[in-house]
Amino acid sequence: MVNNVNVWIDGKEYEVPENMTIIEAADKYGIYIPRLCYHPDLPPTANCGVCVVELEGAPVPKRACCTPVAQGMKVVTNSLKLRSYRKTLVEMILSNHEVVCPTCVANNKCELQTLANNMGIDPYALPNIVSEKEVDLSSYSIIRDPKKCISCGRCITVCNEVQTVYALTNSARGIESEITTAFGRGMALSPCVNCGQCTVYCPTGALRERSEVDDVWDAILDPDKHVIVQEAPSIRVSLGEEFGLPLGTVTAKKMYAALRKIGFDSVMDTNFTADLTIMEEGTECVNRLKAGEKRPLITSCSPGWVKFMETYYPDLADCVSTAKSPMSMFGVLSKTFYAEEHNIDPAKIVSVAIMPCTAKKFEARRPELRDSGYQDTDYVLTTRELLRMIKEAGIDFANIAEEEPDEGMSFYSGAGTIFGATGGVMEAAIRSAYTLVTGEELENIDICAVRGFEGIKEATINIPGFGDLKVAVAHGLGNARKVMDRVRASLAETGESPWHFIEIMACPGGCVGGGGQPYGNDIASRARRGLALYEEDCSLPVRKSHHNPEVQRIYEKYLGAPNSPLAHKLLHTNYFKRSISDGSVVSEATKKH
Amino acid sequence: MKYYRSHILIGINETSIAAGVQGFILALRKELGKVGLSDEINLLETGPLGFFGKGICLTVYPENIHYENVKIEDVQELVEEHFLKGRPVPRLILEASSKFQPQFNYKKRIVLRNSGLIDPESIDAYLGTGGYEAWEKALLNMQPQQIVEEVKASGLRGRGGAGFPVGLKWSFTAPLEAKQKYVVVNADEGEPGTFKDRLIMEGDPHQLLEGTMICARAIGATKAYIYIRGEYKLCIMRLQKAIDQCRAYGIIGENIFDSGFDLDIEIKIGAGAYVCGEETALIESLEGNRGHPRWKPPFPGVKGLWQAPTVVNNVETLANVPYIIANGADEFKKHGTPECSGTKVYTILGDVAYPGLCEVDMGTPLRTIINDYAGGMKKGFKFKAALVGGAAGVILSDRLLDVNMDLVSLDEYSAVLGSGAILVMNEHQSIVDILWSILRFFRHESCGQCAPCKNGTQLLYRLINKIKKGEGTMDDVDMMITVAETMQYTSFCALGQSPIMAVRSAIENFRDEFIAITKE
Repeated sequence: MVNNVNVWIDGKEYEVPENMTIIEAADKYGIYIPRLCYHPDLPPTANCGVCVVELEGAPVPKRACCTPVAQGMKVVTNSLKLRSYRKTLVEMILSNHEVVCPTCVANNKCELQTLANNMGIDPYALPNIVSEKEVDLSSYSIIRDPKKCISCGRCITVCNEVQTVYALTNSARGIESEITTAFGRGMALSPCVNCGQCTVYCPTGALRERSEVDDVWDAILDPDKHVIVQEAPSIRVSLGEEFGLPLGTVTAKKMYAALRKIGFDSVMDTNFTADLTIMEEGTECVNRLKAGEKRPLITSCSPGWVKFMETYYPDLADCVSTAKSPMSMFGVLSKTFYAEEHNIDPAKIVSVAIMPCTAKKFEARRPELRDSGYQDTDYVLTTRELLRMIKEAGIDFANIAEEEPDEGMSFYSGAGTIFGATGGVMEAAIRSAYTLVTGEELENIDICAVRGFEGIKEATINIPGFGDLKVAVAHGLGNARKVMDRVRASLAETGESPWHFIEIMACPGGCVGGGGQPYGNDIASRARRGLALYEEDCSLPVRKSHHNPEVQRIYEKYLGAPNSPLAHKLLHTNYFKRSISDGSVVSEATKKH
Repeated sequence: MKYYRSHILIGINETSIAAGVQGFILALRKELGKVGLSDEINLLETGPLGFFGKGICLTVYPENIHYENVKIEDVQELVEEHFLKGRPVPRLILEASSKFQPQFNYKKRIVLRNSGLIDPESIDAYLGTGGYEAWEKALLNMQPQQIVEEVKASGLRGRGGAGFPVGLKWSFTAPLEAKQKYVVVNADEGEPGTFKDRLIMEGDPHQLLEGTMICARAIGATKAYIYIRGEYKLCIMRLQKAIDQCRAYGIIGENIFDSGFDLDIEIKIGAGAYVCGEETALIESLEGNRGHPRWKPPFPGVKGLWQAPTVVNNVETLANVPYIIANGADEFKKHGTPECSGTKVYTILGDVAYPGLCEVDMGTPLRTIINDYAGGMKKGFKFKAALVGGAAGVILSDRLLDVNMDLVSLDEYSAVLGSGAILVMNEHQSIVDILWSILRFFRHESCGQCAPCKNGTQLLYRLINKIKKGEGTMDDVDMMITVAETMQYTSFCALGQSPIMAVRSAIENFRDEFIAITKE
């Protein structure tokens, strides 16, 4: 039971719950307190000091982000003194920040830039004290630029407390202190799983994706190359935000048109291989259930989760579906099935993936994902990178005429599109697994128990002929850790898993909240994007993966049947055990497929 | 008991160890044996003697003669002249001892009352002075509430720098219901020029332990940690020895004196970060984490070490407690001023004739401390300024020489007592240089957690560097105040809130010097 207390903010009385901080109370009543390191999704790091407010009776101002309200508290949010301290403070922060706004990826999205601009601050008011520190370019996914870092500590909080990956930490002291990886060896030699949540919460451009935009332009502009592009489910509900479309607008057909205008030779859709993944993973699941397997089956679409599993839970690698992610299935098919069908030399095919994800860049470079004889996926662009390409091409995205994708690997069902939200893969799988087990169609296909933003969701679905199918859905690696700990303990104690089938997504909210999604990627907008995917699902003519005509066609013409030898060769993979210290491969965790 | 004609007290501390006191003692013992005086002259290895002479120092009782800078070559002469013939050796006598008697007056001492008089490594010596009687009283004859009330009544305020009323602090934690509570002794003395805690611990470790025990009993803690800086090797050794002796005597352990009360004390060695003297950073460090301060509230008294209620007190603070319990609050209040009772231990250094350690009543004027306890200025030098309270302190000019040294009087001049370090500067010293030195220190010791401190300490250092080189302007000087003031109001912990004191006092009290060194 939370009691309310009365506080006075700028002379007016408000009633607020006693467990709130001053900034939460002010936000609740629309009173703006300037802030920089505070983010409503994360516990306060209290590092920047911008949100200081005066409290009656306190000799020095207090931080609003971490000072709890108290009965009778009298808060002043702005005064001559406060404004002057805040200005000097932001000047001090800018004096230790590489001010290269025009070319920075965070330009116009940077919270420091916005704050400084709003306050009318001269960035050169104080001497420049930026020290020479090396940019960490070691990772395929994420660049860490200490000269832009303002040490707000959000990345550490999200990495350690939300994701429990423990890749980032503070090192050294004072002005020499730096947010870095253990022993300063670089992101690539850390337990970093490339989820990119640090890039989402970084208020500046200090943490950002490693851009492959130039490589993609080079391929597009090379007349010898045939560039084929796929787009992840969640992209279509986040692209419009940047162009003023309401949050959660489904822009699939504008997206196809823009990609074609940029110059991609073939515009397909990852949603197609999402449906294919359901066929492969669903079949794998049903076969395991029929064989009476006691260990659970866990989804494998999320590359951040896969590396996390390889690092922290390699002993459970055999529980993870061998099915490749939709992106990698698409990649390998683009250089085999597609190449054959269109009679193109696969060596000339450049397969590009637009993903909401920084970890996909790492996945694309996994040496085992070369079953086409080439690197299956050549380049991975995040949503943010595609946005930059659209802008560079001068496309008026909001008003572009809608177009259809190219045929062959682009048709998708509602099941495929909800892959982009937490619980979506589970729901899609159940829709098809029901049919695979019973031979009948599931009537009520909206499985609401696995939807929504609760950290860990559980459900039991009765499947005639099998019994109760127990499932769990976790999003965010901190939740994944809890689920995996329970599975591990339960297997050790009873030999049985609490669940038959588990969906895990590395990012909170699933792919709609991916580390490559547009700036402003907070929990609230993730939820809205997720809803948009469910809305699109409802609007589609086909809502079950096994009814996708292009999926049926590829099995007829090329793959045979789900889990056939060719399907196994092209669409499945194996896992490794990785070092907790540097993420490198220690040994194989599952047999080579 | 053996009767000795004379007692030679030898101060064993880091300074005398560096001067070779171990070899000296062997030689002295041998020489005394050679002339057949082993049974007449008692040789006592003790803590700091209360004055801070050079090298190896001796005090001889009952003659009350103080020697300083005695060398191994002097042993023969000393034994022959003083102990055989009864003629003290004038060339070795500490000049100060005749001039400043108050310094050697042990009657007014509380914290240092045994220091230099007893063997700090002997629990029996401490018991002989009435040691652990206060502990016995607190444990067997007083209720925890009574202890808290007595300390409250004494008016004792924290000696670590902030001066928070000790009894009040304890009264927040004492009534809390918790499975576990802790006492943490802050022995991470890091303020430049301050070494009073070191000398207290070297000279009388048992008194600190006794204070710690009484605090534990008052708040209901069954575990105490002494967080001590790693450089204090002798303190660590002596404290560990003292703890072992207490365990052996059943003074700590389980069911102490059949009271049903359990207590254990453990030493934790710090790694020397200045910020770890801040109580919440200290707690983080104690837990094995990086020494980053925590936000308050919740205060450590409610959620401290491992989220349990924890009282963190400074060494000197706790060393006062046995006296208060043994003699009562009223007796304690006879020392000092009404608002600031008790005594204060200072380390006086710099351009004074006899740098050293002294314990005086709260409220003693700065002039008295310098003249009577440190022999005044070095010969031929004039007083210019004193940095009071270490790097987090204030630079006082001669206008404030007659200020009473207590929290209330100093506060009137925006000054602080701080750690109790008094650095005296002569008229040739440059205030710009001393400020540069202070700001370099803060730059080095900022933990880097919060933006105002991390960037502010670097900016201040850059600016003072520029000014020191003669390249600065008065705008730069004023910018230093703006930056330091912003740090004071926006920094996370006391470290970032502190540089303003030195910056403002230096610039306001010695503005001419800044005008002289800057460009138009």
